[in-house]
Amino acid sequence: MDADRITEKLNILADAAKYDVSCASSGSKRKNENKGLGNASNGICHSYTEDGRCVSLLKILLTNHCIFDCAYCISRKSNDIQRAAFTVQEVVDLTINFYRRNYIEGLFLSSGIFKDADFTMERLVRVAKKLRLEHNFHGYIHLKSIPGASDELMNEAGLYADRLSVNLEMPTEAGLKLLAPDKNHQDMIKPMGYLKNAIIQHTEEKKLFKKAPLFAPAGQSTQVIIGATPEDDNQILHSANYFYKNFKLRRVYYSGYVPVLEDSRLPALNTSVPMVRENRLYQADWLMRNYGFHVSEIVNNQQPHLDLDIDPKLSWAIRNMNEFPIDVNRADLKMILRVPGIGVLSAQKIVSARKFGKLNWENLKRMGVCINRAKYFVTCQSKEFERRDLTGNAIKQFILATSHSKYIKNVPTQLNLF
Amino acid sequence: MTTLSYDGTFEGLLTAVFDVYAHKLCNVKLHQGEYLEGTLFDEKLHVVTDQARAARVLKSLKLKLSTLGVQRLYAAHLAEISGEDNNLLGFMRYAIDSAENIEEDYGNKYVVRVSEIVRMVRREKHRMEAFIRFQKLRDGSFYAAIEPDFNVLPLLIKHFKSRYADMKWMIYDLRRKYGIYYDLHDTQFITLDFADSNRQADIVAAYTEDEDMYQHLWKNYFKSVNIASRKNTKLHVRHIPKRYWKHLTEKI
Repeated sequence: MDADRITEKLNILADAAKYDVSCASSGSKRKNENKGLGNASNGICHSYTEDGRCVSLLKILLTNHCIFDCAYCISRKSNDIQRAAFTVQEVVDLTINFYRRNYIEGLFLSSGIFKDADFTMERLVRVAKKLRLEHNFHGYIHLKSIPGASDELMNEAGLYADRLSVNLEMPTEAGLKLLAPDKNHQDMIKPMGYLKNAIIQHTEEKKLFKKAPLFAPAGQSTQVIIGATPEDDNQILHSANYFYKNFKLRRVYYSGYVPVLEDSRLPALNTSVPMVRENRLYQADWLMRNYGFHVSEIVNNQQPHLDLDIDPKLSWAIRNMNEFPIDVNRADLKMILRVPGIGVLSAQKIVSARKFGKLNWENLKRMGVCINRAKYFVTCQSKEFERRDLTGNAIKQFILATSHSKYIKNVPTQLNLF
Repeated sequence: MTTLSYDGTFEGLLTAVFDVYAHKLCNVKLHQGEYLEGTLFDEKLHVVTDQARAARVLKSLKLKLSTLGVQRLYAAHLAEISGEDNNLLGFMRYAIDSAENIEEDYGNKYVVRVSEIVRMVRREKHRMEAFIRFQKLRDGSFYAAIEPDFNVLPLLIKHFKSRYADMKWMIYDLRRKYGIYYDLHDTQFITLDFADSNRQADIVAAYTEDEDMYQHLWKNYFKSVNIASRKNTKLHVRHIPKRYWKHLTEKI
């Protein structure tokens, strides 16, 4: 390999791929077979960038040549930037050599669209196929499904990749029309629907025949850009919920729009990245997936926006003070999960530990419960508990006064940069 | 109060538990090491590590705890935090004295402390799985040096053996001066004799010809994926504490 040329390509094509936020490498169950290289069973973040994001996969574009002209995208056709393209062999060599040095968990390969959808998808599939068949590689592979690619190619992609994803980009069809006139909402959804059915079918087969091949064992995910178009949190989370329910997605990623291009349809270049809002959306997403909340309990037409100063769980609790306080020694796991300051792990610990004896504040604290928050919403084996009949708003003020958001300091820095 | 001194090994710890029951001791403190400076009113006993007695204690622990529970106990022992062996002893006595499995009794101070220690050890193990950086040598083998907070090397074997089954590799704990070596079939513990100061230079001299190129490519990649407008140094350092930087290719 020509080191200088490869370095240059890697810089261009890694830089262009970094706005894809997904870096998950967990959720698969691929084992190492026949003394080959690698496995993909546990997600590991091998490094963290200076912006604090995890680096788990070699995340690159095959090429940043693109026939589309999407306003939010740095690789759009009309943007005057350096273009480059990897050969299939170059991507394979980089992946294997990075993997052997324990730099990465695997490959996340995306691409600009060159010529047409099938032509592009075929190249992506060829990389995965080569890694699996010629190099006996069992590490994690995440391929981008190219909207409009044929079912045959999607099927082949599923056989070699652990995860596949289509980026919806805009939470609603109208938003997509505005910013990506060349893209068609239906084209994006079609491969998703095909893969959903294929995954269900392969899972059934796997139950019957142990030797049946894996098919995208880590499922599908998608990404929406937030803050580039005027959708509110209600629309965003309801559309995420729709895709979780109807397409069995494993994850929806929310990417705060980073202003990279000057365009009258987009926020101006000096707008700051909506990091707090992005964080609140992820918190809400977690409540939907792991805490048993229904999306309309978090946002609805009366509450179309997530609170920026407090997290959505606390926000729900103070809107529903009639549900509290609950007794941690008696309440259902379902209800304990809804208490601000108690996470999934501590909730499970509480339910296990209370079989042995009643729990007090000290016990809860040692189990990892954040007492500062939880104390307004629970009682336990103790004479001390919140006796005042506080309003939701008063609780919010108390909690805000005793804690500080990790983002407060960040916001001014964001503004100073420009 | 009786003070039991033992050799610091896991078998020694289990033998100590045996002695606690054999001598019907109630109020016990553990101490690592041979010789004990006597305090006036303490009774002192020295535990002689005995494989058979250790095995008997382990057997009864296996009856009272799940397989995972026994593994967690071993992981907590590997933390080697001074004074914590008293909590491990308390945990084992509580387990043996109870009729039912007490692993999930997080209201008990020993159980909750063991779960805290296990969490610390597991985190360090996970960090090593992430932060180990292999360097390829001329003979085709891969070498990595580590300096973990806890003695997690024994816990790493399974992960690296199943992942890198088709290459020879060695992971060396510079702080505890031993390593594991995988020869394509099995792993073994090894110690290397060398003057510490020259070691890194020796390793660099033994690189394959493309090792520098891949290190350079990785550093470049690491820089390219950063989004400057989202810089968050506090979060960065929380994820990769500075003490790990000297063995991380991208942070050197």
